[in-house]
Amino acid sequence: MSVSSLLLLCFSAVFAENLVFTRLLGVGPLITVSGKPKAALTVGALITAVMTLSSALAFAARRFVLEPLGAQFLQIIVYVVIIVLLSEGAGLLLSRFLPALYGIVSVYMPLVPANCAVLGASLLSVQFGHGFVQSVLFGFFGSLGFALALFVFCGVRERLELADPPRSFAGVPMYLVALGLIALAFCGFKGVDFGGGSLFPFTLS
Amino acid sequence: MRKSVSYFAKTGLLTRNPAAIQLLGLCFLLAASASLKDALTLGVCAVLVLVCSNVTLSLLRGLIPDSARVPAYLITAAGFVTVAELAVSAWLPSAGRSLGIYLPLMAVNSLFLARADAFASENGPAASALDGVFMGLGYALVLVITAFVRELLGAGRIFGFSVFGRAFTGVPFFALPAGAFVCLGFVIAAFRFVKRKTEERK
Repeated sequence: MSVSSLLLLCFSAVFAENLVFTRLLGVGPLITVSGKPKAALTVGALITAVMTLSSALAFAARRFVLEPLGAQFLQIIVYVVIIVLLSEGAGLLLSRFLPALYGIVSVYMPLVPANCAVLGASLLSVQFGHGFVQSVLFGFFGSLGFALALFVFCGVRERLELADPPRSFAGVPMYLVALGLIALAFCGFKGVDFGGGSLFPFTLS
Repeated sequence: MRKSVSYFAKTGLLTRNPAAIQLLGLCFLLAASASLKDALTLGVCAVLVLVCSNVTLSLLRGLIPDSARVPAYLITAAGFVTVAELAVSAWLPSAGRSLGIYLPLMAVNSLFLARADAFASENGPAASALDGVFMGLGYALVLVITAFVRELLGAGRIFGFSVFGRAFTGVPFFALPAGAFVCLGFVIAAFRFVKRKTEERK
C-alpha cells in the first residue's frame, strides 16, 4: 500500500466516514466524558488502543477459531469477551504505570467496553469482508476519528457552558442538538473525492 | 419494602426513564432509530434481553465479585443478545437482514449494564423482572418515538405508507445522522418537560 493511498484512507476514515458522525456509533462517551480536554484525550487514546487491538484479535478469532468450527453464531459473545479483556487490561496497565492519569479517567472506564464504536468497528469489518490489514486499519483510523470527535466536542462543550437554554434543554438535549450541527458540518466531507481510498464499500443512508 | 407494579411502570416509563432521564444506551438508540420497523423489533428485543439479564444477574447476586462485575454483566447481556439474534434470524429472517449490525450491537448497550448494577444486583428475581419489563419498555418508547419522528419527517412515511400525500418526500436532514441527534435531543427535552410538569402538579 503506497503512502498516498494510506493518507487518503486515513482522511476518509477520520473525516468523511467518521464513525460518530456518519454511523452514530460511540455517542455515549461523547456525552458522558466531562468537558476537560485531558480526560477527553486520555479516554480517546484508551479507546484507540482497545479498538485497534480488538479489531486484530476479533479478526483472528473469527478466521482461525469460529469459522473452522462453524460457530459464527458465537461471534457476539466472543467479540464482547475480547473487548472486555482488552479494556480491563488497559485499565490495569494505566493504573500501574500512570496512576495520576488513571485517577482522572477511572470513572469512565466502564464506557470503554460499553461503547458501540468498539464492537461496531469489528462487526462492520465482518460485514464489509475486510482482510486482516484492512480490519486493523479500519479499527485504528476509525478510532482516531472517534478520538477527534471526542476532542472537538470537548471544545464545543466549553462554549455551551456559557449558554442559557430553556430548562428542559439544559445539558444533554442541548449537547445532542450541538452534535447534530457538528454532524451536519461533517457531511461536507462527503463531497470530497478520495480516489477510491475508502475502507467503506457502501455508505449508510 | 415491596413496590407496586404502578411504581415500576411510572418510574420506568417516565420519572426514571432509562433513555430520556438516565441517559443510558443513547449510542445504540441513535444508531437504531433510522427506521420505525427496525426500531420496533429492536425495542421488543431490548425488553426481552433486559428481563432475562436482570433475572439471571439477580439470581447470581452475591456470587459475582465486585471487581468482575462489569465483565460479568456485559457477557451475560451478550449471551442473551446472541439468543435474540438467533431467534430473529430464525423466525423473522427479513427483519434480521435489515437489522444488520444493530442487533449484535445491542450487546454493549449500557442499559443492561446500568440496570444490573443499580437494581438486579440488590433485588430479588421477581422485582428485577418487573424492573426489566418497565425499564425496557421505557427505553423502547424513546427509541420508537425518535424513529417515528425521523421516518415521518425524513421520508414523509410511516411503515412505508405516505402520510402527507405523494408530493412531500421528506426533509433529508431528518434521515441524516445529524437529524438523529437533533430529534433525540428534542425527544429528551420533551420527556424532561412532562416529568417536571407532573412533579409540579403534586
